[in-house]
Formats: sequence, C-alpha cells, structure tokens
Amino acid sequence: MPIRPLLLLCLVLCALPASAKIRVFACEPEWAALVTELAGDAVDLDVATSALQDVHQIEAKPSLIAKLRRADLLVCSGGGLEAGWLPQLIRQAGNARVASGNGAFMAVAQVSTLERPSQLDRAAGDVHPEGNPHIQMDPHRVLQVAKALALRLQQVDPANNAIYIRRLGDFGTRWSAAILRWQERAAPLRGRNIVVHHKSWVYLEEWLGLKEVGALEAKPGVPPTSAHLSSLVATTQGSNTLAIVRAAYQDAKASHWLSERTSVPAVSLPLTVGGDERSQDLFGLFDSTIDLLLGAAK
Amino acid sequence: MNRRLGVTLFSLMLASTASAEAPTATDIDALEARIRALEASSVALQTQTAEALAALAQARQQIAVLQAIPTPPATSEVAVVDAGAASSANAFNPAISIILNGGYAHHSLDPADYALAGFALAGEGGPGAQGLSLGESEISFAANIDEKFYGQVTLAVESEDGEDGIGVEEAYIESTALPDGFTARAGRFFSNIGYLNTHHAHTDAFSDRPLVYQALLGNQYADDGVQLRWIAPTDFYLELGGEVMRGEAFPSGGAANAGAGVRTLFAHAGGDVGDAHSWLAGVSVLDASTEAGEDGFSGDNRLYIADFTWKWAPNGNTRDGGLTLRSEYLRDQRDGRFIDTEQGMDEVWEGRRDGAYVEGVWRINRQWDAGYRYDRLRADDHGPYASDVDPVRHNLMLTWRNSEFSLIRLQYSHDEPAPDLRDNAISLQYQAALGAHGAHKF
Repeated sequence: MPIRPLLLLCLVLCALPASAKIRVFACEPEWAALVTELAGDAVDLDVATSALQDVHQIEAKPSLIAKLRRADLLVCSGGGLEAGWLPQLIRQAGNARVASGNGAFMAVAQVSTLERPSQLDRAAGDVHPEGNPHIQMDPHRVLQVAKALALRLQQVDPANNAIYIRRLGDFGTRWSAAILRWQERAAPLRGRNIVVHHKSWVYLEEWLGLKEVGALEAKPGVPPTSAHLSSLVATTQGSNTLAIVRAAYQDAKASHWLSERTSVPAVSLPLTVGGDERSQDLFGLFDSTIDLLLGAAK
Repeated sequence: MNRRLGVTLFSLMLASTASAEAPTATDIDALEARIRALEASSVALQTQTAEALAALAQARQQIAVLQAIPTPPATSEVAVVDAGAASSANAFNPAISIILNGGYAHHSLDPADYALAGFALAGEGGPGAQGLSLGESEISFAANIDEKFYGQVTLAVESEDGEDGIGVEEAYIESTALPDGFTARAGRFFSNIGYLNTHHAHTDAFSDRPLVYQALLGNQYADDGVQLRWIAPTDFYLELGGEVMRGEAFPSGGAANAGAGVRTLFAHAGGDVGDAHSWLAGVSVLDASTEAGEDGFSGDNRLYIADFTWKWAPNGNTRDGGLTLRSEYLRDQRDGRFIDTEQGMDEVWEGRRDGAYVEGVWRINRQWDAGYRYDRLRADDHGPYASDVDPVRHNLMLTWRNSEFSLIRLQYSHDEPAPDLRDNAISLQYQAALGAHGAHKF
C-alpha cells in the first residue's frame, strides 16, 4: 500500500521552515500594488490575476489554491467580483486564517458603492447586489481602502506595526498631492461623454465628471452583439463624445467597429496596475489613464 | 518588695515577648515570600504601564498619521449608500442552486438492447433514454453551519420507467477551521478519486460520462463515508487524502467489512506554466471489499485511476478561448467470485480490465465550445464477462452558451459497444443554473 511514502512526504513537507514574514494573497493587481505601498518588502506577496485577465471569469486554478493555502491575509475587491472563483479557492485551500475574520480583507466593504441594484434579476445580466465593485478607479476610495488596509496589516502582523504606520503616512501624503495634480490635469475632461465596453468605469466617471452615454455590453457580462452595437452609433456620434473606452483585457473588435463608424477614438485604458507600460504602480495607473483620455480629447 | 515586683514584672514581660513574638524560621520565610511577591507584582505593574504607554504612543502616532494625510476635496458628491444589509428571518437561509437539465436523444440502437462487451451496466451506466426526457436535474443547498463547519445537500430528480423519485446525491458536512491545510468531511459525497468523479455532471463538457466511467464506476462513485484531505504548503499545488466509505454503491456493494467496505487514497498535483497554461494531474486508488456487487462480484476489488488535465488559454482567460485536453485511465482488478443466484452460477472471478478516454475541448469564444472525445475499454478474455472484442466510441459535441447560466449542447456519438451492436446517437441537451451558483472547481 502506498500509505507509507505519503506519510513520509507529509512529514518532510510539514517540517518546512515557516517564514517570519506574513504572506499576503491579493486577488487583483491594484490591491497588490497597494499592499506594496503599505508594506514594502515586509510581507511576501502573491497576485492571483493580471491586468490582461477578466477577473470576473478566473478559474479556481490549482496554482491559486497552493498560494491561498499559505496566505496569512487575503486582499480582494469583494462585492461579488470574485464570486466565480474565490469561494471555491477558500473551500479547497484548507486555510482557516483567510476564510473569514481578520485574514479576509475586502476593499469594497471599506467604501460606499455606486449602482446598487434595486431589483435583483439575472435577466439584467451579471449584476452585483453589493453595487459596482470596480472601485479602484476612484483615488479617494483607494485612499479610504489604504487606511483600512494599513490597520488590517497591523492586526495581522503586529510585529511590523511601525512599518505600516510610517508607510501609510508616506503613501497618504504622496497620494493626496497626486489627487490634486490629477484633478487639475483632468479638468478639461469634465462634462465629456464616454461609451464604455463594460461598466468598469463608474467611479472614474464620478470622480472626473465624465458622463457614460452607452455600453458595448447591452447587459453587464453579456458579450456585445452587432444589433446592440448598431443601436449605439447614433448616441456615440454626438459631438460631445470623448472616447469609446475599454479595459486592457477586453477584446478590441467591438470598440474598433464602433469607432470606425463614428470616428470617435477607441481607447484602451489599463484599469489596473500592469494594464500598460506606464502603469507599473498605482500612481502610474492614474497618470496613464488621465493622459490617455486627454490624448483622445485632442 | 518593689524591687522584687519590678524583677517579676520584667521577667514576665520577657516571657510574654519570648512566647508571642520570637520569630520562627517559617515566619521569616513567609515574610520573605510576601515581599518577593509584592516586588514581582510591582515589576509586572511597571511593565504593564510601560506597555500601555507604548501602545498609547503608537495609537497617538497612528491618529497623527491618519490626520496628517490631507483629504483632497471630492469633485462630486459621493452617493452614500446604506451599507447595512436587509435583516430578515431568511437572511441565514442556505444558498440555493437549481440545475435544470433535459433534452432529446435519438439512438439508432434501442437502449433496451444495449450491452457493453466485457462489462456489466451497473449504477447509472448505459445509454440515456430514447426521445424526450428530463435529465439529471438537481437542487442544492449550501451554507456555513457555524465557524467550524460547512454543509451541503444535493437532491437529484431521478426518473425510472415513468416513476419519478428524489434521491440524495450528496449530503455532507465539512470542516472549515482545521489547521495546517487539513479538511475533513463526513456524510454522503462523490469520492475525490480521479478527475470527473469529484465533479457534478453539469460541469462536464459532454452530455454523458465517458464509457470507462459508466463501466467501472457506474457513471460516478458516491457513497456514505468520511474523508480527510491535506494541501501541502508548497509553491505548486499538492493535495493528498483518503476516504473510508460504506461500500454500498458500485463498484463495491453489500457494505462489507462492518459497513466500511471501501478505502481510497488520492493525490493531486497542479500548477501553471506561464500565464496561459495550467495543469492538474492525479493518481488514486480505491480498495473495496465487496459482497454481492451489482455485477455479481463478491471479494476484493481494486481500482486505479490516473488523470491529467491541461488547459491553455491566451493570457489565462479560459472563458474566452483556448483548449482543454483531458484524459483518465482506469484499471479494475478483481479477486473473488462471480455469483448469480438466479442462474445458479458461482465461479471464480480473477482478472483485470481497463479503459480510458481522451477529450479535447476547443473554446471558440465565450459562447461556443466544440469538442471531441475518444472512449476505449479493454475487456478481459476470461471470467464471467469474457469478451474478445473491446468497446470503442467516438463523440463530437458543439455547445452554445447564452450566459454562464445557460447552455444548449448538440452531441453525436458513434458507439461500438459489443460485437454485433452499433449505436449512432444524436442528442440535444439544455442545461440551466438558477439561483446562487457556486464557483466551479478547476
């Protein structure tokens, strides 16, 4: 019977030395970048997804189970964004530290959300009862999340209290200054219309005063159809339309089709850290996003 | 007189002090102990005070840091939404998920005449119904029970010869708070052997199970039992575990060994190769003591399974395109007797049979899947089901998904299950998921 080699293997693996650093599992690159701002190399960090992946549609891959198994803290958007994979990872990973309580940090739970549906019906597409979970494109909300996350890092890892306090102060100061800079730069965008691929941009729109006049997905999560795209031509052609906006991971075909018929530029925005060359961290993400939108305005 | 009185008084005083206050060794020890205790508690108080002061200083620093972060003026009013969820008696109801499944199938061979050379049709094995029928429709309830347990019940609608019944497919509780990567489960559940066996049929890429699952596992092995599994704290995925099962269901039977007739061991490993590739592989063994199994077997049987899955998708977006390759090999060993009381047969059954499937599914885009599966079984040339011919089947499928909650599947199968039997089957299947839909396994 193969029991003995299995037991031996277990003994060897169980005896692996525990690292002194806590391990953080971030679902999305934007929250991984925030952890890096707040913790530097005081933590070991795993990121579950990349900017070129649709985080609604990730699979509960074996590699992710292995990463979650060793995590001390889970940092995710929450709000139903990861409903298709995170619960399965948690059930399979056998790691009670991150299943609930202090070890599970959900960014959406730290802020107020927009677009809470008054009625829940799957006929309306992929709607989230907790509201729109794509909060990372509002820097004010990111700051709120940063404050809450720094406190959570202290609770999970009290030994490095001082690091998290110092880095939060440093990040907060730089971030607040950056917000003022971005708001000034983005002033010409105020009041302009955009057409979006998926409803990932409501927080950016609210912050910069952009107006969403249409979405390529007729219903959230339902791929664009040609009939629906045709119906968008007239709205898009309106003089005030700035751009047709999609995220780096989304297929360019639909937005190019509409762009060709309306001569409104199609713009691919990073949406998260790593979404383009300049978006190497959270600051780069916003620098790049605003410059790309300004580029479309010219 | 006075002098004598004085001496007497003095000596009395001396006597009284000597008897009442002369300090004994135990008194001194006790005093010393009390002094030491007082000193210790004073030191403890000092440290506590120091710690409290440090914590206070830290809290002050923290508040100072938070206050020092300037809050830039928001450019628009933030819509403040009530974060409190509705509280009602239903708030703690389990998540309810319903799978509706059914369709139409045409078989060129009457399913009543179907036979699989070298194998018995046990459990749910064999071709589906001819014509219109309700498929495996089920309702599932799941929730965390408390801070230590999770529970799940799946009830399936079973139609047999026009009779409808509700069967308990799964009903188990599972630990959520064991340390070090351990998870324990008890109740009725699908054994964690192989790949497809742990998966509910509604996650399959084809509308029926591979022939080897039908022949050697009765479609899928579920039983009453306990399971312990462990995830290794390694960079790649490694899961080890085992089960003790009642042994009531095929490929076992009769709940032998005092109601613990089946033992399993399984190991699964997996990981990524770059962003675009993921793999999962496993080896499992099921060891059974069987009394009067559905195929007439009594004795010791053992089943080995090797499974392998490879998924490729551009940037890892598996729902939008890519390829899934999967194969499983099953090998069945018998050491016992074949007993058929109706036919009055009682003979030795020793031997090996095996089989495998290989399937490839091409995800064309978020809505379309196309796939091919090759089924192959190898019969034994002696024993009660001896056959010189090995069953073989080819399957083609095309799936259209309206959303992740609904699909329609067209499947064509060419089956050569026995020497003189040919079955060309075409089926059109619908499948829908209502309500809370749990995340699927890889």
